[in-house]
Amino acid sequence: MDIKPAFVQTGHFTFDKLKLENGEEFGPVTIAYETYGKLNPDRSNAILVLHALTGDAHAAGYHEGEKDPGWWDAMIGPGKGFDTNEYFVICSNVFGGCKGSTGPSSINPSSGKPYALDFPVITINDMVNCQKRLIDHFGIEQLLAVVGGSMGGMQVLSWMVNYPKSIRGAIPIATTAKHSPQQIAFNEAGRLSIMADPNWNSGNYYDGKAPDKGLAVARMIGHITYMSDVSMAEKFGRQKKWPSKNEKFTADFEVEGYLRYRGDNFVKRFDANSYLYITKALDHFDGFAGKSVQEAFEQVKAKVMVVAFKSDWLYPAYQSQEIVRACKISGLQTSYCEIKSTYGHDAFLLEIEEESHLIQHFLKKVFYDYEATDGFTI
Amino acid sequence: MASPYENIQPDYRIILDWVSPNASVLDLGCGSGDLLYLLIKEKKVHGHGIEISVEEIYKCVAKGLNVLHGDIENGLADYKDQSFDYVILNQSLQQIMHMDRVLLDALRVGKRVIVGFPNFAYYRSRLQILLSGKTPVNGALPYQWYETPNLHFLSILDFIEYCRKKNVKIEQTAFLGKAKKVHLFPNFLAQSGVFLISGNGLSESYQI
Repeated sequence: MDIKPAFVQTGHFTFDKLKLENGEEFGPVTIAYETYGKLNPDRSNAILVLHALTGDAHAAGYHEGEKDPGWWDAMIGPGKGFDTNEYFVICSNVFGGCKGSTGPSSINPSSGKPYALDFPVITINDMVNCQKRLIDHFGIEQLLAVVGGSMGGMQVLSWMVNYPKSIRGAIPIATTAKHSPQQIAFNEAGRLSIMADPNWNSGNYYDGKAPDKGLAVARMIGHITYMSDVSMAEKFGRQKKWPSKNEKFTADFEVEGYLRYRGDNFVKRFDANSYLYITKALDHFDGFAGKSVQEAFEQVKAKVMVVAFKSDWLYPAYQSQEIVRACKISGLQTSYCEIKSTYGHDAFLLEIEEESHLIQHFLKKVFYDYEATDGFTI
Repeated sequence: MASPYENIQPDYRIILDWVSPNASVLDLGCGSGDLLYLLIKEKKVHGHGIEISVEEIYKCVAKGLNVLHGDIENGLADYKDQSFDYVILNQSLQQIMHMDRVLLDALRVGKRVIVGFPNFAYYRSRLQILLSGKTPVNGALPYQWYETPNLHFLSILDFIEYCRKKNVKIEQTAFLGKAKKVHLFPNFLAQSGVFLISGNGLSESYQI
């Protein structure tokens, strides 16, 4: 059976005012979102999927006229890890982003021009507060689960701490409660590369040339951190891109060509100011909100599944284990798995079989609220 | 009354008898989670497992269990005192490098601890050493010396002496032969021993 799935579309939800974590009021705010599957009558089967730094609301399926599916299509769909025959999956673009949600490239209604650096400082909690408004808009009182990798995983932690009663399950993947100096350092190198591009012009580039060179280098740095030594060696080796030309400093090696290609492609779909704002939000995030672990998770009743990957050196397993530790101290029902992988941080997008297995069974456990199953009784 | 679990292995049956209903249980080295699963189904316990092998983790998750991927040595430190009614170390004790530290920590984290281990003084092992002069391989110790996961080789008497020395109270014991319980001369006839111990109070002089 090869039934072509219907095309998916991005929806938009707008609300007037958002109280930001820094105390300011900001509005209006639009959040772009997509949904897959059907919300059941008692609205108990909704899963919120949270994307990583440069992701968007298009997590699964195909947009009309596009060749590539959504960024986590291998995980979301009928019979997949997030089985849309069973569950209603929502994915939204983060506040501050540039893929349909309000961000620095959106038009400021009071000036009629893009906000650029007039856009306020935002946090991971601000993003989550917007998601909560979207969930309220759907009339969903309690989500079956919130799930996300990398920055998405930080949003999962924010949901646990800020809306503990609104979630029954939490799946933070390849993430951390706090950025390490190393993670902040890589982000800062990316930001400085954008700001060093003369086209950046203190963020005012929307009616001229964008800081594409700077943003491309930022993306290249990012890409290096998403892979591992092994995955790079396997993918590129020391393969030369083409026979040496006489030009100096061209992309001689495969890996150089790949990074340039990735960088150049990225600038077509991403806004440099969004990159600055979102990476700052990442760096400042504190998953336990400055409290002791016990205080932070005091109200949490959700079951938790923490997932890390062996070769991930950007978000190493010890950071996931710190989240597990917090869950243990708080007496939460928790599972933790460090999946064998050589893909580095990218693994959360690629190790589909293992992730699907863990997530399918975890979701069943949460949905039916059982302690154990032989797999056939339900 | 016929139980669907008639064919369960004898040490599981003993542990199942000892654990009280609705208890909280931490199974250290839970493997594929068969014991935890059984305890949840039969005794409605609330359970967590800790397991080092990722393949076993996948099996545990498929059973709907809460399971943490990691080694036992570092697994206990984060739990508060008396977090669990029972901490189980079944056939994993002898494989733990710092067994002494882990066992005492288990006694801190659990109100009671259940320990199961192969008896090195099993008569066949004694005979094998004595007659063939080789490291014993039998039902209690099924591994060749070069592939055994066991780090400690202790007997039932060793463990009782250890408990006495550390002021650990032995509350219940069961000794297993090839197929059934052993009641006489367990240190000679039993392949394995299962102990229910606790850290509160002094050890009583224990008769076997």
